[in-house]
Amino acid sequence: MTAAAGGRVTAFVDNDIRPVGRGRMLRKEDPRFIRGRGRFVDDLQLPGMLHLAILRAPIAHGRILSVDITAAEAHPKVKLVVTGVMLAERSLAWMPTLSGDVQAVLATDKVRFQGQEVAFVVAEDRYAARDALELIAVEYEQLPAVVDVRTALDRSAPVIRDDVEGKTDNHCFDWETGDKAATDAAFARADVAVSQEMVYPRVHPAPLETCGAVADYDAVDGTLTVWSTTQAPHAHRTLFAIVAGLPEHKIRVISPDIGGGFGNKVPIYPGYICAIVGSLLTGKPVKWTEDRSENLTSTAFARDYIMHGEIAATRDGKILAIRTNVLADHGAFNGVAAPTKYPAGFFGVFTGSYDIEAAHCAMTAVYTNKAPGGVAYSCSFRITEAVYLVERLVDCLAYELKMDPVELRLRNLIRPEQFPYTTKTGWVYDSGNYEPTLRAALRIADYEALRREQQDRRARGELMGIGVSFFTEAVGAGPRKDMDIMGLAMADGSELRIHPTGTAVLRVSCQTQGQGHETTFAQIVAEEIGIPPADIRVVHGDTDQTPFGLGTYGSRSTPVSGAAAALVARKVREKARLIASAMLEVSVADLVWEKGSFYVAGDPAASVTIRDIAMRAYGDLPDGIEGGLEAQVCYNPENLTNPNGAYICVVDVDPGTAVVTVRRFIAVDDCGVRINPMIVEGQVHGGLTDGVGMALMEMIAFDEDGNCLGGSLMDYLIPTALEVPDWETGFTETPSPHHPIGAKGVGESATVGSPPAVVNAVVDALRPYALRHVDMPLTPSRLWEAMSGNPRPPI
Amino acid sequence: MQVTMIVNGERVTRDVEGRLLLVHFLRDHLALTGTHWGCDTSNCGACAVWLDGEPVKSCTVLAAMAAGHEVRTVEGLEQLGELDPIQRGFMHCHGLQCGFCTPGMLMTTRALLDSNPNPSEQEIREAISGQICRCTGYASIVRSVQWAAAEESGTRTSTVDPASVRSEPRSRERTADRP
Ligand code: FES
Ligand code: FES
Repeated sequence: MTAAAGGRVTAFVDNDIRPVGRGRMLRKEDPRFIRGRGRFVDDLQLPGMLHLAILRAPIAHGRILSVDITAAEAHPKVKLVVTGVMLAERSLAWMPTLSGDVQAVLATDKVRFQGQEVAFVVAEDRYAARDALELIAVEYEQLPAVVDVRTALDRSAPVIRDDVEGKTDNHCFDWETGDKAATDAAFARADVAVSQEMVYPRVHPAPLETCGAVADYDAVDGTLTVWSTTQAPHAHRTLFAIVAGLPEHKIRVISPDIGGGFGNKVPIYPGYICAIVGSLLTGKPVKWTEDRSENLTSTAFARDYIMHGEIAATRDGKILAIRTNVLADHGAFNGVAAPTKYPAGFFGVFTGSYDIEAAHCAMTAVYTNKAPGGVAYSCSFRITEAVYLVERLVDCLAYELKMDPVELRLRNLIRPEQFPYTTKTGWVYDSGNYEPTLRAALRIADYEALRREQQDRRARGELMGIGVSFFTEAVGAGPRKDMDIMGLAMADGSELRIHPTGTAVLRVSCQTQGQGHETTFAQIVAEEIGIPPADIRVVHGDTDQTPFGLGTYGSRSTPVSGAAAALVARKVREKARLIASAMLEVSVADLVWEKGSFYVAGDPAASVTIRDIAMRAYGDLPDGIEGGLEAQVCYNPENLTNPNGAYICVVDVDPGTAVVTVRRFIAVDDCGVRINPMIVEGQVHGGLTDGVGMALMEMIAFDEDGNCLGGSLMDYLIPTALEVPDWETGFTETPSPHHPIGAKGVGESATVGSPPAVVNAVVDALRPYALRHVDMPLTPSRLWEAMSGNPRPPI
Repeated sequence: MQVTMIVNGERVTRDVEGRLLLVHFLRDHLALTGTHWGCDTSNCGACAVWLDGEPVKSCTVLAAMAAGHEVRTVEGLEQLGELDPIQRGFMHCHGLQCGFCTPGMLMTTRALLDSNPNPSEQEIREAISGQICRCTGYASIVRSVQWAAAEESGTRTSTVDPASVRSEPRSRERTADRP
C-alpha cells in the first residue's frame, strides 16, 4: 500500500463506504506537514513586511516614571516606536478581556506583572527590532509585588488595579454554587469526614508554536487582514472591530496552520493589537512573533487554584457530600476566557462521577502581580481542577476508610439508569455507563495482579504505586442561552456546497490546531451524504470564508461544529431529495435514501446517485424547485456532552532519589461515537502526556519579588519521549443522546483525567511513609522532602 | 558577510549578518519554512536539520558556521516525487497532529534509521529525547519510526500498522453496524 494521496488511504476498511467510526482513515492534512509545507503564521512573508518586537517589564510591579524612545527611533532600521502614552492618545492603550475586565495593551501608568508589554518597535528585520528594544530607556519606581495569593486580600497589600476607579483591594470576584445548608447537614450526620488542602499549581500550555500575527492594513480600501495564531478567529474579528474601531466587514482574520493551541491561543493578546497598530501606522504588513520566554511569561497560564476540599461519607463508603473553598489566582487582569455566566468556568462539576446527596463550593478570586489568563491548557473550563479535587478527595477518603480506591469508586459511581443525571450543583450529564468503563480499565491493567505485585515489592522495600481516577467531562459549549463570551453566544455555523461534478466544500467556524478537522469533518459529511471523504474539502480558519462561530476550545469542535456539519449535510440531502423526486418522477415520500443515492421504494433499480443529483441541481429543474445544492446551518447545542473515562497509572518511585517513573498508564475513554478512532487515540495520548507533565514536572513558579521562574523550556519542564510510557488505551461507546451523530468530543479528556491518576499512584507508592497527600509537581526534590517528613505545598 | 553552502543539494550564496542563525537563514532568506523555531534555549528540537549528514539544532548554529557545508532540511526528504519511508511512516501511524515538531522529528529519526536500521523502542525514544512534541504523546512517533524501519527492511508483512494491533475492549451500547 502506498501513501501517495492524503485522505483516501486507509489500512482497514474502505472509508468511502463507511466513513465514520471505522479503521484508520489517514489524515488529509498530513501530506503537507510531512513535506514541511504547512503554513504557520511565522512562515508568512509579504512584500515590504516589517517586524515587530515588544519591550516588556523587567519587574512585577512598578510605576512608570518615564519612557525615552529617542535612541530607538534613531536606529537606521527602525520605522516606528510606540509607547503606552502614544496608544492612549488614540484610546488604544487598554482593551477588553474575554471576561469583562480590561487589560493594558501597552502599560501607561504601572506595570503589573513581569513581562507586561511596555512599548513596541517596528523595524526592517527581526534582529534590528530586537536591537532597538535595548535602546529604549524606561524608568520605574518599583512597588512591592503581590505574589502570595493567600495574603493578596490583606489590608496591607498594595492595590494592583488602581486603574479601576474606587478599587481599594485585590479582590477579583466571589462565586458560589450548590446548597450550603444541605451540605453542612450531610456533613453533620456523616460517619466520616476527610478534609485536604491541595494546590493545583500554575502551569502553562506552551504549544510548540508560540503566538504571533501578521497584520496587513490597506489604507486605500480600509481593509485589515490579520493572520494570527488564534483558536477563535471569528470572536477575534469582532473584538478587533470593537478595540480598533474598524468596520467589522473590512476585517479578515485568518488562522492558518496552528502549531498547537491547548487554550493558549484563545485570548486576544496585546501583541496582536500592537501588530495591527503597527500596520495602521506604517501602512506596511507587520509581523510579530513572540519568543518562548514571552510565551511562557505573558500569555495565558492555567490553573493556579488553592482548594480546600472536604468529603463526607458513611462508614461503609457511601459518599454523602463534598464541599470546597477555593482561592483562585487570576493574575493582574482577569483574562479568563470562560463563558460570561461562569467566572469559575465549569468548576461546578466538582462532584465528579458520583451520585451524592449534597455539594457546595465557595470561591474567591484575587488579583496578583502575575500574568493574566486562567482558562487554558486543555482544561475544559476548569474541569481539570474540579476532577483533580474530587479524585484526590476520594482517594483520601479511601485512605481513611482503609478501603480499596476502586471499590470505593464502584460503590458511588452514577448508575446508567440515572442518566440524564442532574448533579447537586445543577449540571445535567447527558449519558454514561461508568462501571463497564472502569472495569475495562481494570481488566487491561490486570488490577488484581498489580496489587499482588505491589505487595511483593513492598516486602522488598520497593515503592510501587497504583493510581486510579474516574472523570466526567462537560464539553461542547453552549447552549446559546447559557454560554457566551462578550455577548457572542456559543453556537457555530456550517455551510456545505456540492459542486455539479459531485465534489463538496464544507465551511466550518472552528479551527484546527492539530485535531485533524480537515479529515474528521469530511468523514462526518461523507457519512451523511455519501460523497467519499477525499472528495470533500474542509475550509476553516478564515473569517471571510466561513460562517460565524466561536471556535475551537473546551473540546467543542466535534460537539458543536461537528454537529453543525452533520446537520448541514442532512439539510443538503433534503434538497437533493426534491431534485431526485423530479428526476425519478415520483413523489418525495416514495424515495428511500441509501448511502449516496435515492431509490424508489419497491424498485431499487430506479435510483439516482448524489452525483447525478448534483449535476441536475445546476441544470434544468421543474418550476418550484430551487436550484443549487448547498445549505447553511447554525447549530445551537441542546446541552453540553459528557465524555468520561477510567484511568489507571502505575508508578515506581526510587526510594534513594525520589524519582518517579510512570511504568504503565491505562486509559479507557468513553467519548461517544468516535469519528476517526486513530485521531481519537492520538488525542488521548497527547492529553495523557500533558497530565504526566503537570503531575511530575510542570509549574510556573515565582520568587517573592514576582520574578517568573518558569520563563524558558530549561525551567519549565515538558515531558520528552523518555518521561512517558507507551500508552495503553481502550474505548467504550455511550453515544450522546442529543448530538446528531452521538459524538461527545475528546480533546481534553486525558488532560483532565490523568493528573489525579498519577498523583494517586505516587501517594499510593508512598504508603510506607504514611503520606495521604503530596502536591504537584511531584519533582524529585519536592517528593524527597515529603518522604523526609516535610511535605510542602508548591506555593 | 557572504555565505555559500549546499542546501538540499543546491548551492546557495547569500549576504548575511554574522550573527544570523541557521534557522532564520533557512526560513527568512531561503524561504524553507519547513524548519521551525520553538524555543530560545535549544530545548525543543523543532529546528532540527542535517549538517553534513548529522542532525543539529539549527537555532544553535550560525549561518556562517554552516558555510562550506551541506545542509539538508525536511524539504529535501522527498526525492524525485517519492516520499521517504519515514515520511510515510508518520502518516501511517499518526505520528503528527499539529505538525509543528514534525520536520525536526523526521530529520532526527531519518538519521537514526540510517545509523541503526532496526532501533528498539528505547533507542527511538532516546533519539528524539532532545525534542518536544506537545501533541502526540510520542507513542505514535515511536510507531511511525518502527513502521519506516520495517518498510525499509522489507519485513513489514501486512498493511496493519503496529499502532492498531492493541486490544480494544468494547462495551458497545450501539450495534457495530451503523447505517
Ligand atoms: S528552536 Fe528550540 S531547539 Fe532550536
Ligand atoms: S505534532 Fe504538535 S508538537 Fe508534535
